[in-house]
Amino acid sequence: MSLPSEVQSWIGKIQYEEETEFPAERGYMYTSCSSVENGNPLFWDDAVAEELTGGPIAPPTMISVWFRPHHWAPGRTTEVQPLQVHFDLKQALGLPEAVMTDNEITFYEPVRPGDRLRTRQILHSVSEPKTTKLGSGRFWVIEVQYLNQDGEMVATESYTGFGYKRGE
Amino acid sequence: MATLTADQIEVGQKLEPLAYDVTATTVILGALASRDWRPMHHDRDFAINRNGTKDIFMNTPNLAAWFERYVTDWTGPRGRLGRMKFRMKDSIFPGDRMVFNGTVEGIDKDDSGCSWASLNVEVAVDGRLCTSCAVRVALPNDENDNPWSRKGDDWKP
Repeated sequence: MSLPSEVQSWIGKIQYEEETEFPAERGYMYTSCSSVENGNPLFWDDAVAEELTGGPIAPPTMISVWFRPHHWAPGRTTEVQPLQVHFDLKQALGLPEAVMTDNEITFYEPVRPGDRLRTRQILHSVSEPKTTKLGSGRFWVIEVQYLNQDGEMVATESYTGFGYKRGE
Repeated sequence: MATLTADQIEVGQKLEPLAYDVTATTVILGALASRDWRPMHHDRDFAINRNGTKDIFMNTPNLAAWFERYVTDWTGPRGRLGRMKFRMKDSIFPGDRMVFNGTVEGIDKDDSGCSWASLNVEVAVDGRLCTSCAVRVALPNDENDNPWSRKGDDWKP
């Protein structure tokens, strides 16, 4: 079964470019380290950070933290969906259920306090129809890119999703 | 914190296990630290009655932070994460004793001279594998090397 032309047109196209709601900041960096008892001096000792990374940086695994919307914001009327392309694919392909099977993060330039990051989503591929124990549907791979205010890549995330209809 | 260099490791080497007793505070603090406001990570009634789980459970971004801490406890501050690939299999709940284990599965040096360790790290509860993570982490070649100084074409995660 061929892909709808609308979905075909999304492959390789940059979509949903957005800036974070607030700049990266140290309070969250400390809270994150504290939550997992991460004593890495890179995040606690400015002299170590200066020597190794030219100043303070965020723990790399915090990348998604900077893009999570506030729980509430004045004037907001619609809910922001992270990974919107995933939900668009479910809708366009008529696949009501979906699971993520893999998530891979690649880290580039460190995130620093004050960075204003932005993100964009790219659909890389959609498979032919497949049937798994969950049901019948398609696999897709979406890349989320994260860049800093200088246009440098700070991280990419690759998600493999499987959208499906439950078996009869 | 000591710095591990690439010449100090070998394939098959095991990382020291890390055991941690998870409480409701661990789960909720972790969810809020990662700005994850979804109720299954702080509201027990919601988790049980709407998600069908036995309790609130740890969220994935916070678990990623635990994996980072586990790996950099081993490498020291010069260890620089390049890549992490997660396979989520089961959840971690308050009352669980989670145990992290890791193994060095490969060592290589790329064409820019950066040394890399490939690790398989797993977190389990009572022997039940909850999440596995394939990690690629850069290590200094010697005490004068610093993977964090690499930029652009010299950083190939």
